[in-house]
Amino acid sequence: MSSPANRQPLGLKLVSNGFLALWCLVAAFPIVWITVMSFKSPLDAFDSNPIRVIVGPRTRDIAGGLSILDIVLGLLLAWALIRLALKWLPGQVRALSPEGRHWIGWGVGGGVFALATLILFTVILPAALGVLNPLAGPLGTDVIGLTTEHYRAVWVDRGFTRNFANSMVVTCGVVIVSLTVGTLAGYGLARSGSSFAFWLLVVALIFRALPHSVLVAGYLPYFISSSEWLAPIFGESAPTLYGKPWAVIAVLVAINQPFTIWMLRSFFQNIPQELDEAARVDGCSHFQAFWRVIVPVMWPGVITTGLFSFLLAYNDFLVTSLLLDAQNMTMVPAIANMFNRETTASDEVQAIAAAVSITAPLFLLVMVFQRQIVSGLTAGAVKG
Amino acid sequence: MKRKTFMIFVGPSVFMMLLFIAAPLVSVLWQSFHLTQPIYTQVEVETCTPGFPAQICTTETQIRPQLDDNGKIITQTTFVGLQSYRNVLEPERLRAALDAGSWDQLMNLRFWSALRFTLVFTILTLPLVIGTGLLIALAVNNTLQRIKGPVIFISLLPFIITPVIGALSIRWLFIGDGILTAALESWTGRDIAMFAQGWTIELMMYLYRVWHVAPFAFVVFYAGLQTVNQDAVEAALIDGATRFQRLRYVIIPHLMPLVVFVTIIHLMDAYRVFEEIVGFSASAHVLSLQWLTYEFLLPDGTGSRAISRASASAMLTMIGIAILLAFPLRRVWRDHKGR
Repeated sequence: MSSPANRQPLGLKLVSNGFLALWCLVAAFPIVWITVMSFKSPLDAFDSNPIRVIVGPRTRDIAGGLSILDIVLGLLLAWALIRLALKWLPGQVRALSPEGRHWIGWGVGGGVFALATLILFTVILPAALGVLNPLAGPLGTDVIGLTTEHYRAVWVDRGFTRNFANSMVVTCGVVIVSLTVGTLAGYGLARSGSSFAFWLLVVALIFRALPHSVLVAGYLPYFISSSEWLAPIFGESAPTLYGKPWAVIAVLVAINQPFTIWMLRSFFQNIPQELDEAARVDGCSHFQAFWRVIVPVMWPGVITTGLFSFLLAYNDFLVTSLLLDAQNMTMVPAIANMFNRETTASDEVQAIAAAVSITAPLFLLVMVFQRQIVSGLTAGAVKG
Repeated sequence: MKRKTFMIFVGPSVFMMLLFIAAPLVSVLWQSFHLTQPIYTQVEVETCTPGFPAQICTTETQIRPQLDDNGKIITQTTFVGLQSYRNVLEPERLRAALDAGSWDQLMNLRFWSALRFTLVFTILTLPLVIGTGLLIALAVNNTLQRIKGPVIFISLLPFIITPVIGALSIRWLFIGDGILTAALESWTGRDIAMFAQGWTIELMMYLYRVWHVAPFAFVVFYAGLQTVNQDAVEAALIDGATRFQRLRYVIIPHLMPLVVFVTIIHLMDAYRVFEEIVGFSASAHVLSLQWLTYEFLLPDGTGSRAISRASASAMLTMIGIAILLAFPLRRVWRDHKGR
């Protein structure tokens, strides 16, 4: 960093860091703002004065809010929990989980930690503040209006839980199937220099460019009438593919396959070929070599690819909205429907609350897997 | 690796792609030349309503779909040649519009207006995305080590957010007298309605797309900047190159393959523009090619879907992407052969 080529005049530093600050503001602002809006009553949420949106005077009058004491204690607790998660949790996981199976430890540890956080913030903290607030005088009176009624309306009254469950089924299905199929293919492609492998990759690249609506136009008539043309094979119990989550899983896996095999191939190319050749010399077949030598070391690449499969399935609107019926609707098309029907301002804030609910898991995902996402974005590019 | 082992490894993946990508393409091609319709028959229906002194009865001929023994609608598939393409392209009205030389008339034709928007969108956002991504990458590369992590975290947020939700969140900032519209109004001193006319919606779509994709370009370029040969930069410095010249003649050429990569990915993705139209509820003003196909696929008032027209518009969409990608892919191909 001390090389003269990196030395910069002050002006350039100011401009570059100023630009960066501006970009961060632009990048985060819409997401932060809809989060703020989702906690306010409709009148406050769509006020043209930003300060009134943040403070929410009308929300405070109707539904109460947070006092200074609430905010201070809440922030302290959040800060303590983050410190704990970063400093204390990794050591505990490493010490308590069985050797070589750290991911189980991380799963259990993360789960317990999340549950504890949830209980602390929803049960213990409000109870403690209920006692403390009246004693604190002016510090204990509500200053910022805040209401969770829109979240309750979305999740309880509008049955968003069902959409959430559908989303989870589709997303998990896509990730698991896509990785299983893609890992095998990616390994095969990375270890084969044949021209067939090359052409397969080129064709996959072309497939990646296809607009998804083109493919859906191909499926839709067959999916709707599938109980007829599947009848010769399955007899009376021939399923109608339209509206079935597992049919959508198959479709999304296939759409995702070109990207998955390209990415996994580039990860497998990074694993030295000598590793499986050594296993082969010791008498393993290709599959044994893959299972015993490659599988234990492939997880970083697989996790990264899995994240992108997750994003594709979770974020999909086009395929799920056309191929699923109302009962099996996932979250993203459900919110778009909700949005088209909405009539009152209160509905609109509920849609915002739903949008924030959809974004929250993605936020956590980036927080935990930032490094993997970055490495995934660059993997395909740098190696070409 | 032996061919047989290789086939077992890639088999499941190839099978999935053949069944769910290649086969649908063939069926789309077939569907675009055929039309499946219910067979209609004319039925005389007598409807009677209670009245005084006698029932009032009217007889009318109705056109009804023919039903089979199970009560299902009988459909018939006929070869219609290029009829569906003609329905989508509307050549007569196109010629009329061209003869009249009227741009407005041309933009009333759904396909041509969708094509216009899709191409403008793809080509206009490309330099913006690459430019913004490069600027962020250079700025992050220049900044303090400590804040790089948080900045990358914040930058990734627009990229991973669900596209429909991202578009909606921008829309909520502007809708009605949303805070940004209010800010614009107090700045320009004029009454602004962002969702009342096509061009403002279009402008927001461009901005949204740049916001959404610039992080991707940034991460790719930032990774490329880490591998810039520092010796070359220092040599340029000794030769008296200014900062801009070093950027122009050392760093940018080094990033060029990545620019091509981002260009290809962006062309593919921007040409598929769709979610913005859902998020901004823009279909009354602005159409994209993929939206056109989507709209044909949605059930209409009677519950039937225009599969044949959707297939035709899908085929036309594919021709477009093939032409668009031909240029950058040819460059990659030449580089590949030149190596």
